[in-house]
This record gives sequence, C-alpha cells and structure tokens, in this order.
Amino acid sequence: MLKQVEGSRAVAEVVALCRPEVVCAYPITPQTHIVEGLGELVKAGHVENCDYINVESEFAALSVAIGASAAGARAYTATSSQGLLFMAEAVFNAAGMGLPIVMTLGNRAIGAPINIWNDHSDAMSMRDAGWIQLFAENNQEAADLHIQAFRIAEELSCPVMVCVDGFILTHAVEEVDVPTQEQVDAFVPPFEPVQVLDIKAPVSIGTLVGPDAFTEVRYLDHKKQLRAYDVINNVSRAFKKAFGREAGGMIRTYHVDDAKTIIVAMGSVIGTLKDMVDEKREQGQKIGLVSICSFRPFPSKEIQEVLQKAKHIIVLEKSLASGQGGVMSAHVKLSIDKKIPVTTLIAGLGGRPIPKKSLSDFVESMEKGTHGELHFLDLDHAVVERELAAFEQEKGRGR
Amino acid sequence: MMKNTSFNPKGNRTIGNRLQEACECTVQSSKDRCNSLTSGHRACQGCGEALGARWVVDAAMKAAKGKLLVVNATGCLEVFSTPYPETAWQVPWVHSLFGNAPAVATGVAAAMRVKGKGDVRVLAQGGDGSTTDIGFGCLSGMFERNDDVLYVCYDNQAYMNTGVQRSSATPPTASTATTPSMGHEPGNVFGTGKNLPLLAMAHQIPYVATASLSDTRDLEAKVERAMSFSGARYLHVLVPCPLGWGYVPNDTIRLSRLAVQCGLFPLFEAEDGEVTSATKICEPCPVEDYLKPQKRFANLFKGDKKSDKRLAQMQAIADANIRRFDLLGDEENCK
Ligand SMILES: Cc1ncc(C[n+]2csc(CCOP(=O)(O)OP(=O)(O)O)c2C)c(N)n1
Ligand code: SF4
Ligand SMILES: [Mg+2]
Repeated sequence: MLKQVEGSRAVAEVVALCRPEVVCAYPITPQTHIVEGLGELVKAGHVENCDYINVESEFAALSVAIGASAAGARAYTATSSQGLLFMAEAVFNAAGMGLPIVMTLGNRAIGAPINIWNDHSDAMSMRDAGWIQLFAENNQEAADLHIQAFRIAEELSCPVMVCVDGFILTHAVEEVDVPTQEQVDAFVPPFEPVQVLDIKAPVSIGTLVGPDAFTEVRYLDHKKQLRAYDVINNVSRAFKKAFGREAGGMIRTYHVDDAKTIIVAMGSVIGTLKDMVDEKREQGQKIGLVSICSFRPFPSKEIQEVLQKAKHIIVLEKSLASGQGGVMSAHVKLSIDKKIPVTTLIAGLGGRPIPKKSLSDFVESMEKGTHGELHFLDLDHAVVERELAAFEQEKGRGR
Repeated sequence: MMKNTSFNPKGNRTIGNRLQEACECTVQSSKDRCNSLTSGHRACQGCGEALGARWVVDAAMKAAKGKLLVVNATGCLEVFSTPYPETAWQVPWVHSLFGNAPAVATGVAAAMRVKGKGDVRVLAQGGDGSTTDIGFGCLSGMFERNDDVLYVCYDNQAYMNTGVQRSSATPPTASTATTPSMGHEPGNVFGTGKNLPLLAMAHQIPYVATASLSDTRDLEAKVERAMSFSGARYLHVLVPCPLGWGYVPNDTIRLSRLAVQCGLFPLFEAEDGEVTSATKICEPCPVEDYLKPQKRFANLFKGDKKSDKRLAQMQAIADANIRRFDLLGDEENCK
C-alpha cells in the first residue's frame, strides 16, 4: 500500500511485517524513530509473538539479539554512530558466531566533535566485522532492503546491516509502498537456524578456537561472504519478481555504457548524482554513475566490469580515513585497472549538504585536470588556514 | 534454608551423604546427576570454579527437570571447558563475550518465551571480573528488567584467566599481578571494591544468595530455591583458586569452609531485597586461620606492627559481617 511516511516509520512497519521475535531498543539519533515505531507496533499487537526489550546500552542491545538468535529467534535491533561503536565487540561476535541478526544503521558521523548528522563513518568502522552491509538509496529501498535482509541473513547464517542515511532518509517523509503481510510472508520464510540451543540436542556454541583451526574458521567466514554475492543477487531478483520493483543487488548503474567519467557512490546521494548526470548528459557530456548497494561483500567484479572503459573515475564518499583518504576509493582502486585515474571526493561529512551545483562544478573542474587524487567538496579554505595559523601561534600556551 | 539433621549438623563435608534420607541427599551424590561439566576439561588441579560450576549447573538441571540453557561469560570456566574441538559441557551452552553474559541470557530467555517454551530455564554464569566489573552494566540491566535468568557468579576474587589481576571483588591486602605486594607493603588497598550480593539486593530482585563449596547441600538448596522463582535471581559462590590465591590444591574445600567460619564470607539469602536467612557460624575462627595458608596474604604475616594492624583490619571486616548478618551461632542453632 502506498503511504506518505517518514523513512523510519516505513522501516519500522516493514521490519514488523518480517515477524521479528525479539526486538532490542535503545535510543540514538537518527535511528530512534525506528525502534519507537516498532515499540508501538508490537504494543498494538501488530507483531505476533514478539518480545520488545528496552535494554540499557547498545552493547546489551546486540548482546540480547545474539542470545535470542542463538536460541533460534529472529532478532532485530537498530543503532547509529556512537551506538555502533559502543556495541563494536558484539558486532564482530555476532558475525563470528554466524547469527543472522538484522540491524538497521541510521548512518551518522562519529565524534569528537559530537555530531548527530549523516555520514558513513559509522558503517565504515565496522566494514571488516563480517557483516553484510547494504546501503539504501531512498526510503522505498530502505524498506525493501529490510525484507531482503532477513532472507539473506538466514540463508547465509550471517548478520546483515541495512544502512540508511540518517535524517536524509530516516527523517524524510516520502511515498513508500509498504507491502502486505501476505506478500512478506511469502518472501521471508520462517527462521530455521543452522545451530541452536536446544535441550534435546545439547551443543556448545561459541567455544575457544586456537591456532590449529582459527585460520580455517576465518577462511570459512570469507567463503560465506563470497557466497553472499550470489545470494544477494538472487534475493534481489526474487524480490523484483515478487514485488515488481528493483531493490538491492550488488550494484546499480546509470548511463555507464558510453561514459568517460564515472562516479561511484552509495546511499541517498545517488538521487542528487542522477540529477547531475542528467544535466551533464543534456549538455552532451559522457558521464555515468555506479551505485554500490552492497559494500560488504564488496562488488569488486562488478566494479571492474563497469569501470573498465572509463577514462576517469570519481569516488564520492561520506567518510574519511584520516591520513590516507577514502575508504571506498581504496576498494575501487583495488578492483580496477591501475591505469584509470581515480579521484576521491570526500563529501557530506557530518551532515554537510551535497548540492548539485558543487558536484557539477567539481566534475567540470576535474575535467580540466585541476584536482589531485583527493578533494574535499566545498572545503572552507579560509577556516582551515585560520585554524592552522592559530595552532602555530598558540602552541604551548595552554600549558 | 537447609534443614538441620542430627546426623551431620555441621553441613555435609562430603558430597556423598548416601547414608541420609533420599530427600536429603545431595544432587552430587545421586547417580542421576546430569554431570553437566564432565571430566576432561583443563582446569587446574583443585579448581574451585570447576567444582562450583558443576554443582550449580547439576542442581539447576535437576530443578529445571533437564530443561536448562546455559550462557557463559569469558573467563577460566569458559576457556578450560571448551577448547575446540572439545567441550566438557553436557548441557546446551553458549559463550559470546566477557561482558555480555547477562544480556545474552536475556535474549535466550526472550527467545524461549516467544517460542512458547517458557518451561526451558536460563542460567548465566561468569567469574567475578565479568560479573562485578565489565559485565556489571548488563547484569544491572538484566536485574532491573527482572528477566527470567538465574545469574551465578563464581567469585575467585581476581581475573584468573588472564593471570590473576585485581578485580573489584579482590579483598584488601591481597597480592595480585596488578596490586603486587612488595616487601612489607600489602597488595590491594582497603576501602575499595564492591559487594555484589548487596548490589543485587538493591535491585529488589526476587532472590539473592551466597554459597560456599564447603556446604554442598546448602549450595544446592539455594540453587533449587532460586529456580523456584521466576524473574532475575543472583547466586554468588566463593570458589577458591589454588593458582591465584597461592595454596595447595587439596585445600580448596578447607579454605571455602574457613572463609565462612571466620566471617569474611557470610552465607545468606535475600528475597525482594530483604535478608531472609543467614547461616550461623558454629565453629568460629580468627581470620588468620583462613588467610595464612594463602600466599596472596603473606604481607599480613610479616610479624611487624604494620602487618599486625592490617590483620586486625581484616578481622574487623569479618566482625562487621558477623554483626551485620547476626552470624554467631548459639547452642540452639548449632546443635
Ligand atoms: C572485553 C574484554 N576485555 C578483556 C578480556 C580479557 N579477559 C578474558 S578472561 C579475563 C579474566 C576473567 O576474570 P573473571 O571474570 O574473574 O573469571 P575467572 O577467569 O577469574 O574465572 C579477562 C580479563 C576479554 N576477553 N574481553
Ligand atoms: S586459574 Fe584458578 S580459576 Fe582458573 S582454572 Fe586454575 S584454579 Fe581454576
Ligand atoms: Mg575471577
């Protein structure tokens, strides 16, 4: 049913339709509306057999989900930013234990300085934790990815993080097609755990593994991520068949076939980028766009294929590896022919808007070759110079 | 709690008790005990924690009629019992992290509830470090929500698995790797640490108790009592550690008994935040008897004024416990 709803509400309603059995709630902006919505839906009896638990921290939120999942229940939680870091130990643990927990990450910057607005630093901090990480372009996809996430997670016995840009999506009111219970039931079968705490068949889960077998355990985790390529694509195809619309998969492309310049990005900025590409195309420029939906596993093969004929690649990213550059760019560079120049465009940090004009100007200036490998969109050089000068002058004064 | 029998009035000193009435026999003496933690694990010789865990989980299994799931925190117990590909656990068992066992247990209990298996009970267990320090936030949350979990702390008074470092359950003066006693200087300082049973009581949970390896029947009776409640319950078991405390392995039970008899480890029960029973001390002894066999307390026995004073301070702690819980037995209750 088409609804005019806030992104968080759409996610909450769709998660409820996926019949979670244990939902762990802890507030953090910009994710909070999602767990609030779920609390209301559970209380109102819209989710059968569901335990909604108010926990004391994000570490507990994911730990409760770990316990529930290990005991065979479908478990869900949501967080953002500091919350994700606070549960970091459990994030790795859930993946190591192969528990198919689904978690929404309302993407937000990490402090200090404390900042509640959107970027992707939180998701990037957990990129090697063993979770599948899917990024939504808009609220419809945010909703749809959750339906897919439970199926992917349970098929692989691997946790899935659905990344939804904070505020830009979580708080935006848009039209979203929220499916019916029957549709979702037909798509997400009941959870059948691979290994479970069972009084009839006692097993020890989460045991100590020494040097003799640890490499093998990690190798199998890697294999699982590799297997996820097929599962993610298959689930996305099945979704299209069942629901009649595109969502998920590894990547999506926009006008890449003849493109000389290709921009790679993920999340909600894709909308702005599409508009920009349309404009440039009207002016006769051969520019295209790749939207990464699955950051983990990383779509190296797909990226290599679509980017091989490009003359220039711009990787727009909402996170920064200080002292190094872009996180996603490093992944892209590893996937492609070394001869194609890649420019990292850091944009949208801590909620800084990414105006189409700035993007357009950047592309134009890049084609003139005025940029190095790393560029910060709309960086206020005056502020930077002033701060650097002040730092030099004030050195040692605070002692 | 425990019903006094004229046959063995001082608590049972053996786990056998086969001469007693069937109803008074320990779970451990029964051939039907589930032997939850079976042989072959890698605990040190004389490990109090290994013994305590088996007694507790066996008793809980009996009370739950075999329908029990166990959650374990990181620590000696987890490490020595499950080196892959082996496991010493005969019960369904899960380990996740050092500081989250209570929360994992909450999740397991929630799963049982939503699956309509409310008769399957959940026991979470961890060492003093995981309970009083790193996992305290999760434990407090589990208590506060009154989740249906029995949490058992095996208190060996330090972080043993990592090599005997101080925890907030380490007693004053005890030498540990991070509070080393040097020369005549004591180890851990006075005036620090926390009392978890009292903190648990402050959460007004249905049941809190302390237990010692020196009284199997009392320990088992407390597990059984704990299992008769639903909601959050807490059991704190003193488990001597020969390696960390510095004593000969065959002294584990003797030290457990002396800890109780000197008053440093009071045995009591509390319901809804109120003390309901305390085990009387019938053979009182000075703290010296308990402390002297342990190398970690060697600084108390240097024979100088300072160490005499510290020993007196330790005695004062025991005396305060004895007053607070009214522990001294008289002829009536020590028959
Ligand atoms: C987050 C985290 N910090 C530290 C450790 C290291 N560590 C593992 S077991 C342990 C000590 C456990 O002490 P305690 O809980 O008292 O149990 P014991 O080994 O004494 O039975 C420590 C410090 C860890 N595994 N995880
Ligand atoms: S160090 Fe102590 S607690 Fe750990 S196994 Fe040895 S005796 Fe048991
Ligand atoms: Mg300990």
